[in-house]
Amino acid sequence: SKTRESFVGAMNELMMDYRTVDEEFFEELEDILIASDVGVNTVMELVDELREEALRQNIKKSVDLQPLISEKLSELLVRDEQETKLNMQEDSLTVILFVGVNGVGKTTTIGKMAQKFKNEGRRVMLAAGDTFRAGAIEQLEVWGERAGVEVVKQQAGSDPAAVMYDAIQSAKSRKADVLLCDTAGRLQNKVNLMKELEKVKRVLTREIPEAPHEVLLVLDATTGQNAMTQAKMFGEATDVSGIVLTKLDGTAKGGIVLAIRNELDIPVKFVGLGEKVEDLHEFDPDQYVHGLFADVIEREEQESS
Amino acid sequence: MAFEGLAERLQGSMKKIKGKGKVTEQDVKDMMREVRLALLEADVNFKVVKQFIKDVKERAVGQEVMDSLTPGQQVIKVVNEELTELMGGEQSRLNTAQKPPTVVMMVGLQGAGKTTTTGKLALHLRKKHNRKPLMAAADIYRPAAIKQLETLGKQLDMPVFSMGDQVSPVEIAEKAVAEAKEEHHDYVLIDTAGRLHVDDDLMGELDQIKAAVKPDEVLLVVDSMTGQDAVNVAESFNERLGITGIVMTKLDGDTRGGAAISVKAVTGKPIKFAGMGEKSDALEPFHPERMASRILGMGDMLSLIEKA
Ligand SMILES: Nc1nc2c(ncn2[C@@H]2O[C@H](COP(=O)(O)OP(=O)(O)OP(=O)(O)O)[C@@H](O)[C@H]2O)c(=O)[nH]1
Ligand SMILES: Nc1nc2c(ncn2[C@@H]2O[C@H](COP(=O)(O)OP(=O)(O)OP(=O)(O)O)[C@@H](O)[C@H]2O)c(=O)[nH]1
Ligand SMILES: [Mg+2]
Ligand SMILES: [Mg+2]
Repeated sequence: SKTRESFVGAMNELMMDYRTVDEEFFEELEDILIASDVGVNTVMELVDELREEALRQNIKKSVDLQPLISEKLSELLVRDEQETKLNMQEDSLTVILFVGVNGVGKTTTIGKMAQKFKNEGRRVMLAAGDTFRAGAIEQLEVWGERAGVEVVKQQAGSDPAAVMYDAIQSAKSRKADVLLCDTAGRLQNKVNLMKELEKVKRVLTREIPEAPHEVLLVLDATTGQNAMTQAKMFGEATDVSGIVLTKLDGTAKGGIVLAIRNELDIPVKFVGLGEKVEDLHEFDPDQYVHGLFADVIEREEQESS
Repeated sequence: MAFEGLAERLQGSMKKIKGKGKVTEQDVKDMMREVRLALLEADVNFKVVKQFIKDVKERAVGQEVMDSLTPGQQVIKVVNEELTELMGGEQSRLNTAQKPPTVVMMVGLQGAGKTTTTGKLALHLRKKHNRKPLMAAADIYRPAAIKQLETLGKQLDMPVFSMGDQVSPVEIAEKAVAEAKEEHHDYVLIDTAGRLHVDDDLMGELDQIKAAVKPDEVLLVVDSMTGQDAVNVAESFNERLGITGIVMTKLDGDTRGGAAISVKAVTGKPIKFAGMGEKSDALEPFHPERMASRILGMGDMLSLIEKA
């Protein structure tokens, strides 16, 4: 596959200088992956397997180990091309619920996605389900205005489940194609808030049995190992169907999504590359893997030139 | 899948050396591997971990095994002490200006908790120190950022200075300080927009604000769930701006919070406060020793050791 080839490319560059496969080599590989926030367990497992395999096959040169590394890592990546696609209903309402911890980029992602769907010619509506955080409703309204789509809201402090009920009724009666539901950020260890989120989801399902058609967990790429617990707990509460990995325009790599894929099998569907409306992109595993090793490749290029 | 604390991690190595009189170099090496993993799982930066392990190793080798402690416990004790020291003493006071108002700038990445913390600090200053702060809305970029601060102001009955989003943040900051002088506010808390440490233009804007209002505090607000990148962020903000302190937010979650060590280690600046919730009263002084045991994942073990 394309992913695998480009990954081989990245690894080729990483091991340009025909290094000996020794402990130092494995430690460096470990460091690269750990520095990208790939889960520690996943890294250790991976590198241990590689150590054993190198010993078993008597591999001495890094180039000879490289196909093996590529294979192991690509196993952690996308399994089929379709999985980054959203589950869109072509002739009825598609409901997408956004969940995640505080400040990761839920509301911003909804704003970006609203514009994207609008550009595709769909009728979009937004549900202001964050009734808690100061200015949250107004923030969503600004995004609604920018995209020229309607926002269903109630007063600050009202019951988010009631907002969702309203929103789904309005979306039905206006024959909207897509309803994007914002929720308040919450930490996954807050039992009551997670219960509230389950209720929000139940309301949607009660009105349309297949809804929500997608539950997108928004993860901040800057987040470390805690993202694993986020994926686990939000997954248990709302049956997450995909991940939006935001803030990849910074220097963080968000490597924990590899471990999440490994342990929980949740695919990344979109990435956020900035604060502007056009900064939402479909997840491209190719590019993503290249990004993981970008610094190393740069360094080696500098050294060899 | 839950994170193993250091104590669980050390079980195996502890058994091996039970009954020995001295902790040998090999024992320490084995245990340090576990310490390293525990710290990495807690999101402490891998370079910081390397240095830390080196320092602790030197202290741990050759120690007499105390009767009251197993060698494993002894290593934990050393690790814990070093970690606590690395994070510095307890400090939850803001620098104050010789002549009021004291100017505080809040800076950091997007979504870290700057605006929320601005409200919390204002409340803290009024409630605990009987002060009269003014909050200034200098985020002209994020949709409804000004509204967010104004809503907090209304909830807390705290004045907010704003000039809308068509005026430069530098001018807003300057005018806010002028207003504070006139209205006899003793603190001005400037909420700035979230930005990436690699965004040269926006980092330059912070530079300009700093040059214009000469803040007494530049507080870097850091999300405690941050991973390995925390060092890059903290280093960049510190080099560019010269931060004076750090606030760790969202510590009411279940993150280990190793970023606290990383940011302290690379900047040398004190962590002054901990954000413990979304509400405005959820701000606490930062406790280094509590943070150390949280990062190591072993509250009970430590109280046991302290008694020994
Ligand atoms: N650089 C960058 N910033 C982003 C990205 N996505 C969101 N942001 C910023 O992150 C901050 C938080 O975004 P929000 O959309 O308010 O996050 P949220 O998850 O809705 O936050 P809460 O509702 O408070 O939990 C804002 O300043 C956004 O502009 C991204 O992909 N890159
Ligand atoms: N649980 C918890 N949530 C917090 C804490 N501090 C801030 N938050 C939440 O984190 C989210 C982001 O907080 P903001 O204050 O908007 O962050 P910011 O740094 O001003 O964000 P930008 O202006 O977009 O860069 C909001 O949902 C806050 O309620 C905390 O200590 N605990
Ligand atoms: Mg939001
Ligand atoms: Mg803000």
